[in-house]
Amino acid sequence: MDGELGPLGAEPATRSIPLTVAIIDPRHAAKQQIYERLFRAATLSAAVLVLLILGGVALSLLQGAWPALHRFGLHFVTSEVWNPVTDKFGALAAIYGTLVTSAIAMAIAVPAGFGIALFLTELCPPVLKRPIGVAVELLAAVPSIIFGIWGLFVLAPVLQRHVQPWLIEHLGPLPAVGRLFQGPPFGIGILTAGIVLAIMVLPFIAATMRDVFDTVPAMLKESGYGLGATTWEVIWNVVVPHSRAGIVGGVMLGLGRALGETMAVTFVIGNAHRISVSLLAPGTTISSAIANEFTEAVGDLYTSSLIALGLLLFLITFSVIAAAQAMLRRLERRALTSI
Amino acid sequence: MSRRGFRKLKNGLFLGLSMVATAAGLAALGAILFTLITHGLAGLSPRLFTQMTPVPNSAQPGGLLNAIFGSAVMTAIGILVGGPIGVLAGTYLSEYGRNSRLSTAVRFINDVLLSAPSIIIGLFIYEIVVVPMGHFSALAGAFSLAVLAIPVTLRTTEDMLNLVPAGMKDSSAALGAHPWRTTISILYPAARSGIVTGLLLAVARISGETAPLLFTALNKQFWSTNLAEPMANLPVVIFQFALSPYAEWQQLAWAGALLITVTILVLSVAARMLLAVLYRQSGGGR
Repeated sequence: MDGELGPLGAEPATRSIPLTVAIIDPRHAAKQQIYERLFRAATLSAAVLVLLILGGVALSLLQGAWPALHRFGLHFVTSEVWNPVTDKFGALAAIYGTLVTSAIAMAIAVPAGFGIALFLTELCPPVLKRPIGVAVELLAAVPSIIFGIWGLFVLAPVLQRHVQPWLIEHLGPLPAVGRLFQGPPFGIGILTAGIVLAIMVLPFIAATMRDVFDTVPAMLKESGYGLGATTWEVIWNVVVPHSRAGIVGGVMLGLGRALGETMAVTFVIGNAHRISVSLLAPGTTISSAIANEFTEAVGDLYTSSLIALGLLLFLITFSVIAAAQAMLRRLERRALTSI
Repeated sequence: MSRRGFRKLKNGLFLGLSMVATAAGLAALGAILFTLITHGLAGLSPRLFTQMTPVPNSAQPGGLLNAIFGSAVMTAIGILVGGPIGVLAGTYLSEYGRNSRLSTAVRFINDVLLSAPSIIIGLFIYEIVVVPMGHFSALAGAFSLAVLAIPVTLRTTEDMLNLVPAGMKDSSAALGAHPWRTTISILYPAARSGIVTGLLLAVARISGETAPLLFTALNKQFWSTNLAEPMANLPVVIFQFALSPYAEWQQLAWAGALLITVTILVLSVAARMLLAVLYRQSGGGR
């Protein structure tokens, strides 16, 4: 900012509008009309372009995926076989991997994000509130490829040496649940991908929940304390019910990220097109299959099948994100009307 | 145990857990930054900025010059194309169609695009640019980044224009200025630092994007300034070199990762500081 003017200083107005000219000279007025129409048209077309982009994404994916969808039909989503040699493609393993890694990520990130939001809004000393909030937001700014390379070179070896052997030894022999933790400790695999994803979506979930918790009127909380409730009881019985829609919205926003996240997963998933019961085994996800194979895909059917995977991902994430936005919006409206 | 004691215990337990969660989140950030710095600094040297990415079995250790150049060019084109579109669309939402049905739809779709997976945008650009052109190109990469830059800029522009006091707009209108004149001479200057913040955030967002570049700009081992051809770029080089078997290449990947992260964190912090100044001057915001 240039010192002498505040950012909201109105000085330019008096400087640059030749008002008297506008009133006296009809030609000038006509010119103003034209500029007005042009400017309006420019902003309007930019706004419409945003809609066109989404429509274009849907149409172009559908067009690219058509050969594969036409050839395999429903088999595309029910078959686990992904064989470029015989030109047989089924997306089931990728869908399974996407859902399971996201589920692991949410199982870790939702409680942790809730804890962070709770700490920031209710417990944190005011001095620390801003620095910690900024740190969480910076975590959100780190590009996903950094999480991927960190997951591969730092997290995976640690899991392989220390965590996975313990899981195999102690949880492996259990009935039913044990099957999730059997097999050799590869380091990379479904579980590792889930953990990396959890760290990635954590800041989004924490930041949304914090913002939602901040909208709870202080009066409601004070009433709770006045009745003798403990901090936790106020949170669980006042803050959480009041911000339920926002919490669900934040969680689904995080889920949308987790489902579509590409680079962080591609590094640590192991890229194996099969469904293994064990979480320690390598697998694949929709996005990592596309990232790994797209440039190497030979033959139209192979490329088209990868685009069909993209179409599936688009449909899944679009519905999750749209539902999340709808919920957050409803909350925003309610917050506005309650003031 | 008394009921009171149980309640206090439960309170302490959950509040303790929330502190543990915060500590764990901060520890994750710390661990990532720590590894980046230790691994990245070891590979940091002047040759990163003077030599091209290495070819297999060459005597030259190589650098990242072409990749840094390519990333800078594509990010620049991305923000130059996507930024103005975002600003104009944000202007429409804030000034012309604030409550129209179109604006509601655009706002909603924009928020969806904001969190849509970037790999989908890559596939989209592949279908509409790469396939018709017949080959990968830097231009296609730049377009995919532009598409990713639009939602961020649009969102911030609209928010920032909404912060400008209505009285200023009314005064301008009362003096006989058309809306376009008011927007350009009053609103944009008043919201300038906010809009710049949005552009900075957009640059931060697109400069680390990898997935959409994989099948638009691809990669190239040599120096290239031809936008119609594939071009090296930092994220894809990091991806390929990190997964390569050569230790020197992995070293380059870490150095590149450090460069990107530092750039993005500096941009984000700068944007945040600008925003803090703006809010303080406008009286704490709404």
